[in-house]
Amino acid sequence: MHIMKKCLAAVLTVLAGAVVPAPSFAQSANEIFYPMLVTRTGPFASAASGVSSGQQDYFALLNAKGGIKGIKIRWEECEFEYKTPRALECYERYRGQWKIVYPNSTPAIFSLADRLNQDKVLGINVAGGRSDSSDGETFPYLSPVMLNFWAQAASTIRYIAQREGGEDKLKGKKIAFIHIDNAYGRQPFPIFDALAAKYGFEWKSWPLAWPALEQSAAWVDIARRFRADWAVQWNYGQSCSVPFTEMTRVGFPIEKFVGTLWCGSEEDIAPAGDLAKGYVSANFHGVGQDFPVIKEILDVVYKSGKGNMEKDRIGTVAYNRGVINGIIIAEAMRHAVEKFGMPLTGEKVRDGFRMIKLDKARLKELGAEGLMPELAFSPTYHGGVDGQLYQQWDGKKWKTISDWVAPYEDVVWNEIKKSAKAYREEVQQKK
Amino acid sequence: MQTAQQHSVSSQQRVAREWRPATAARVQTDTVALGLLAAFAIVAPPFLGDYWLKGILIPALIFSIAALGQNIVTGYAGLISLGQAAFMAVGAFAAVIAYGRYQLPLPLSIGLGGVVSAAVGVIVGTPSLRIKGLYLLVATLAAQFLIVWLIQRVPWIGAGSAVTLNTPPVYLGGWLIDTAIKQYYLTLAIAALLTVFAWNLIRGRIGRAWMAIRDQDVAAAVMGISLLKYKLLAFMISAAYAGIAGSLIVFTWVGAANIQEFELDLSIQILGMVIIGGLGSILGSFLGAAFIALLPILISISMHKFYGLVGDHLVSAAVLANAERVVLGTLILLFLIAEPLGLARLWHRLSSSIDRSIAAYANRN
Repeated sequence: MHIMKKCLAAVLTVLAGAVVPAPSFAQSANEIFYPMLVTRTGPFASAASGVSSGQQDYFALLNAKGGIKGIKIRWEECEFEYKTPRALECYERYRGQWKIVYPNSTPAIFSLADRLNQDKVLGINVAGGRSDSSDGETFPYLSPVMLNFWAQAASTIRYIAQREGGEDKLKGKKIAFIHIDNAYGRQPFPIFDALAAKYGFEWKSWPLAWPALEQSAAWVDIARRFRADWAVQWNYGQSCSVPFTEMTRVGFPIEKFVGTLWCGSEEDIAPAGDLAKGYVSANFHGVGQDFPVIKEILDVVYKSGKGNMEKDRIGTVAYNRGVINGIIIAEAMRHAVEKFGMPLTGEKVRDGFRMIKLDKARLKELGAEGLMPELAFSPTYHGGVDGQLYQQWDGKKWKTISDWVAPYEDVVWNEIKKSAKAYREEVQQKK
Repeated sequence: MQTAQQHSVSSQQRVAREWRPATAARVQTDTVALGLLAAFAIVAPPFLGDYWLKGILIPALIFSIAALGQNIVTGYAGLISLGQAAFMAVGAFAAVIAYGRYQLPLPLSIGLGGVVSAAVGVIVGTPSLRIKGLYLLVATLAAQFLIVWLIQRVPWIGAGSAVTLNTPPVYLGGWLIDTAIKQYYLTLAIAALLTVFAWNLIRGRIGRAWMAIRDQDVAAAVMGISLLKYKLLAFMISAAYAGIAGSLIVFTWVGAANIQEFELDLSIQILGMVIIGGLGSILGSFLGAAFIALLPILISISMHKFYGLVGDHLVSAAVLANAERVVLGTLILLFLIAEPLGLARLWHRLSSSIDRSIAAYANRN
């Protein structure tokens, strides 16, 4: 017991000793200090770590090429394990130092929203977060950047319409929607309702309790009783690969099955192996290493041993998402440096973000042509109403098989306006 | 097994009390420590800075309130429950609806969070009249899922597709609670009030009835204690504490009620808090909450220092992030082996040994 006590005392002393001197994050005039929220442990780590590392690799490439107008980016990680209270603690730890907050977690961005507003720092959650935060007037410090959930849902329906040969062919069709039963999984509801009324198809929801690894009853129902013409999945992580075995069992054709972009990374599908051959999922960017910017990262960053991830994961969906985020964040900082000068603050970077115009020419300059769609933001539009690409799994890797498929923008905007109005009423000043 | 362990809790606590010399030194260490803690809690915060308040102290206090509630039902009344997070969710949503939508004053909204949650607690607690132990655990587990599911589904709650309700600016009377220091003092005041209330409850007739039920419910019933009344009362008060903690999450910490914060994960954490802190101990609720909520942060910061020291070539960030979990798990094991009855008991051992030395010193002179 005495040894035990000594062990305890030793561990605690080391811990206490490490904490006593207050952390200092001095920022020199010649660098941008960029704290970032990361998830490298727990169930979401496999994909989330790729996103963080891709972002860091892009910053490393920028730094190697001289930084933003000679100013280098120095990042520091704060691990929050995809847990909201830890994200809040991380936020407070680096308060006043944030340039853009990107937790890659919808629950975390929701809980941070109030602080971001107060401190005037932009919080982004690419292809997630609040769908209504496309409205930059109502949400001055939030943004989905690309493809909010409603645009994803609408684009998926348009893709099905295209495969059927036009919207008029949707009439009388049955679409089964199998999804995780939480806020994320229910996001498409209002869009499906609106489009079903407009085009006359029928849709039905099959909610699955998290972690949704048991789906056989749902699939029997979809294939035998509902006799769906199409099935759309809105699973997450491991549950993305469950439908493939079930579909084979009940005989539902895989070519009539479309997945959300969150069921579209290698990590999600690889466990299903050959069963998933032919599966189509949405995506919002190119995959693989075949882009100038990624080749440059390999050449410059990894040749000098400064890479932030295992080399064989470069070019995966999660990694490329990270690089794209890196590009967008760096662009926002570049605009901020050019227009407002150093030192950067959250508000300056937010204003820089609103100036982003990634047209064809600029994307080519960055070496990201084909990797990401053209983007342009403004004080009133924070991004999010975009089209999706569709990609097919050939048993080993993804292949992009479609052009950008736009959402039904009027339907999506209608929903954004409605929801933003409800939010404004919710937080109205109390007299 | 549950009751066997709880038996030993009470008998060992009795021993601890007898150990203490019946001199003037008897209350010293505990009283001095409590006094210092109270002084620190009241005087220090203005000098601590926002990080300590918003990052550490406010969440620690809120989790302590929830753990206190859990300790009432599990530690004192001996009813194992795994629904504390769901009760917090009920309190959070009830309070934000009362405050935001119906424009009730803040104290009333927080109170209403507690009351609505207490009512739900009574319903969830009903099975405890027929079942106990692991069976009750499963029944409350079902309630946890059911409540979270209902909050997402009932249209009247109106949390929208994101299942989040934001609060308007928080006014207490004409006083805007917007800075960390004001939020902290409001949380502290409520936590202090609830602690004193729990203290009095435990030491009175109700507390004794709970402990009698915990130690042997048949015997308690024979002695004329109404199981119906006291078991439901325990659930009710426990849920009320959770509800108030939930409403404080909205008003003084996060600024919104978001259903994803109140999953089963949190219920397990709160149960862990009272087990590590000490079942049947008010002090234990606070120590346990601090341990579970704050220790990972402490480890994370010290790991960070280590990382800064050795640079990123020796260890990768991913290894370090995972090492944090290993250290936390090891510490939990070490503490539970060192003192299976929890941190509170560890403290009592320390304080009574100090008391004894002081008494011995006084006697010598």
